[in-house]
Amino acid sequence: MNATHFHFHDPYQPLDSPVHRLDPRVKLILALGFILTATLLPVGAWLSYALLGAAAWMTAHLSGLGIRNVLRRSVLALPFVLAALPVVFTAPGPSWLTLSLGPWQIPVRVEGVIRFLSVLLKSWLSLQIAVILVGTTAFPDLLAAMRAMGVPRFLVMTFGLMWRYLFLLVDEAIRMLRAREARSIAPEVPGHRVGGTLAWRAQVTGRMVGTLFLRTLERGERIYMAMVARGYDGEVRMLPMPPLSGPDRALLAGGLLFLIGILLLGWVSRALFL
Amino acid sequence: MSLLIEAEGLVYIYPDGHPALQGVSLRIQRGEKIALVGPNGAGKSTLLLVLGGLLRPTAGILRVEGEEVGNGDPRRLRAKAGLVFQDPDDQLFSPTVFDDVAFGPIYQGLPEWEVRERVHRALEAVGMAWAASRISHHLSVGEKKRVAIATVLALRPELMLLDEPTAGLDPRGRRELIRLLHRLPQTMLVATHDMRLVAELFPRVIVMDQGRIVADGPAHQILRDEALLEAHGLEPP
Amino acid sequence: MHIPDGFLSPSVALPLWGVSAGIGGYALRRVSRELTERETPVIGVVAAGIFAAQMLNFPIAGGTSGHLIGTALATLLFGPWVAILIMTCVLSLQALIFQDGGLIALGANIFNMGILGALVAYAIDQTLRGIWGDRRWARTAAAFLAGWAAVVMGALATGLELALSGLVPANVVLPAMGGIHALIGVVEGLITVSAVTFLRTVRGELMVERPVAGRVPLWVAGLALTLLLTLLAPLASSDPDGLERVAEDLGFIQAARPPAFELLPDYTIPGLSNRSLAVILAGILGALMAFGLVIVLLLGWRSRQRERVSNSKT
Repeated sequence: MNATHFHFHDPYQPLDSPVHRLDPRVKLILALGFILTATLLPVGAWLSYALLGAAAWMTAHLSGLGIRNVLRRSVLALPFVLAALPVVFTAPGPSWLTLSLGPWQIPVRVEGVIRFLSVLLKSWLSLQIAVILVGTTAFPDLLAAMRAMGVPRFLVMTFGLMWRYLFLLVDEAIRMLRAREARSIAPEVPGHRVGGTLAWRAQVTGRMVGTLFLRTLERGERIYMAMVARGYDGEVRMLPMPPLSGPDRALLAGGLLFLIGILLLGWVSRALFL
Repeated sequence: MSLLIEAEGLVYIYPDGHPALQGVSLRIQRGEKIALVGPNGAGKSTLLLVLGGLLRPTAGILRVEGEEVGNGDPRRLRAKAGLVFQDPDDQLFSPTVFDDVAFGPIYQGLPEWEVRERVHRALEAVGMAWAASRISHHLSVGEKKRVAIATVLALRPELMLLDEPTAGLDPRGRRELIRLLHRLPQTMLVATHDMRLVAELFPRVIVMDQGRIVADGPAHQILRDEALLEAHGLEPP
Repeated sequence: MHIPDGFLSPSVALPLWGVSAGIGGYALRRVSRELTERETPVIGVVAAGIFAAQMLNFPIAGGTSGHLIGTALATLLFGPWVAILIMTCVLSLQALIFQDGGLIALGANIFNMGILGALVAYAIDQTLRGIWGDRRWARTAAAFLAGWAAVVMGALATGLELALSGLVPANVVLPAMGGIHALIGVVEGLITVSAVTFLRTVRGELMVERPVAGRVPLWVAGLALTLLLTLLAPLASSDPDGLERVAEDLGFIQAARPPAFELLPDYTIPGLSNRSLAVILAGILGALMAFGLVIVLLLGWRSRQRERVSNSKT
């Protein structure tokens, strides 16, 4: 619901690195495991967060994407953190300090700050690993990995079609936006209302959406024809995937053990401290 | 030469009532290379879709190697004929080039090794073997067109139906494509506006207008008949 | 509204993953049974189309811009099950490739924007056309409100989930999310109406008119969810402590009150009652204003539309 869909390019960076070469199934499972671990860690498990961060940064470095690049991209989605800010003031427990805002005295709660920082770190760590995953894995490989993980074939095919036509349709949408800009007069006179009422602008946009939809449906029909011409019969068939190699299995097991270790560490240390 | 496809009085009316074909009859011998010309809306693309087994004719008879194709099973037709669509972005619907060329062979139920073999051969035939792991979206128009042809070659069709193969290509891409079409041994029916392509490549020309065949004969005759060409909105090469 | 990872507590995020996977799986089976083989590949392309349509933003005021989410539009065009499937694809790809929303939070995001949105839009469209009959203005109003409600209900659900995760008190997040999205929903409603109207004019045969009350269980479910959220939201806002207590009892909030702090007396925030009252009032005012705006815009739009249809052929 934010208007930030404009970072539109394939995030995959075609480099050659150990992370790139890793089997996509291993990468997808480990990335999901990483994010799940971050989610399941208790509030204030700083040591575990740090270990996860170290793992993420090491992977970023190994992947050739560069830590700085990954950090930059992972910050893009952070504005949502504002939604967590109120917890700083509303959490239960003693206050740490009190902000004076005019007539109001707003207490900053210890527990609130801990919770806020925890959410911030968990979210940030998850983002970094997601950025590394899509930066080092081409989407077709991700599709194969999803299939191996049991995502229904129909869904995999749909994701594939979607991704294939996404950029094409986005280009089309951008061309329509340009055409609209070229036709709309936008005088830079202060106080002059530009482009009619909100309802009118929404209507123009609605028509553009409609037009885009028509083109989309027509393209869908032609694609269906092209599929049928080559034997498509409504069932989704794909070539089988090769089994995981020994080193890949070892890495997968090691990675999962590491994550479980971090999770245990987080909960055990919490139990000890309290 | 042996008779590959025979059509008699084909009629096709779109669901919205538009009659695209109004009694088309033609015979295609094995090994022929035929150009299908005519103004926009003449029914060329519809004819290709009917011959490719994708649209069922409203009326008329279609025979493959002398055997009538009933209304029941157009698959026999699809097995013989491979259709290359005008827009390669419609034809290439898979994420990677390999997936796309492998699509047909996989649906033919071939074992994995043969699928891989066919993909390799087909891509080699169009000079795109280097692009197997590429993402279709990133190819140039000319490359996409060639991969589109490979997706059909991998099916080993006897008849290739091509819709506007040179549309949207720059001069060099066009030249390469003509060379490729020239090399391919398959029987071909090619719908096109590119009259120079017709003159270079096709011994036989069929002229269509308003859902009917208005001329069918050797290229050297038809391309010289300026009155005929002009009457149907075509230009001599 | 795309919740990133890390914000929801596991006891909120994981069950919602289960719910979304279950409903998504059911939708998948439903769709592959109901649609012809002809329509199935189209779904992927349409999902890409929705994704692209979300790019078609337009300026609202002061540098902010609005754009479509598309759940209601997809529901009106293809029915709720296909819409759920399409939005599942859209949201999954946004999370996976563009980090718009988290992967563990994906279940919640699919639930809020996809499943809930589709059911709410479906129920509203069905109910209103059932009451008013299948007239032109009724279809227009139903489409608008379907778009509006899909967004607002999704936002309320998001707010509830954040509150249940112990992040934001319900009396802050619900009026805020509800108020803002009551306005954002207007944009969604307007675009949905114009897109549906356009498609009906240009390609009438594409618009398979959904018969009124075609799928009763779905309609009931959508209506029930709508009512539940409309009732639950103000309830939770007026008694945030109640919600928090429920969340604690159910174990939603981890470490909400560690033992060390439990020794302290119950907390009081100076001026809490006044502040929360003000927020609630603002929320109610915002919602009222939004409704007023909706009615004014709708009337203006309808009369304007009649003129425009005659002198523009898009």
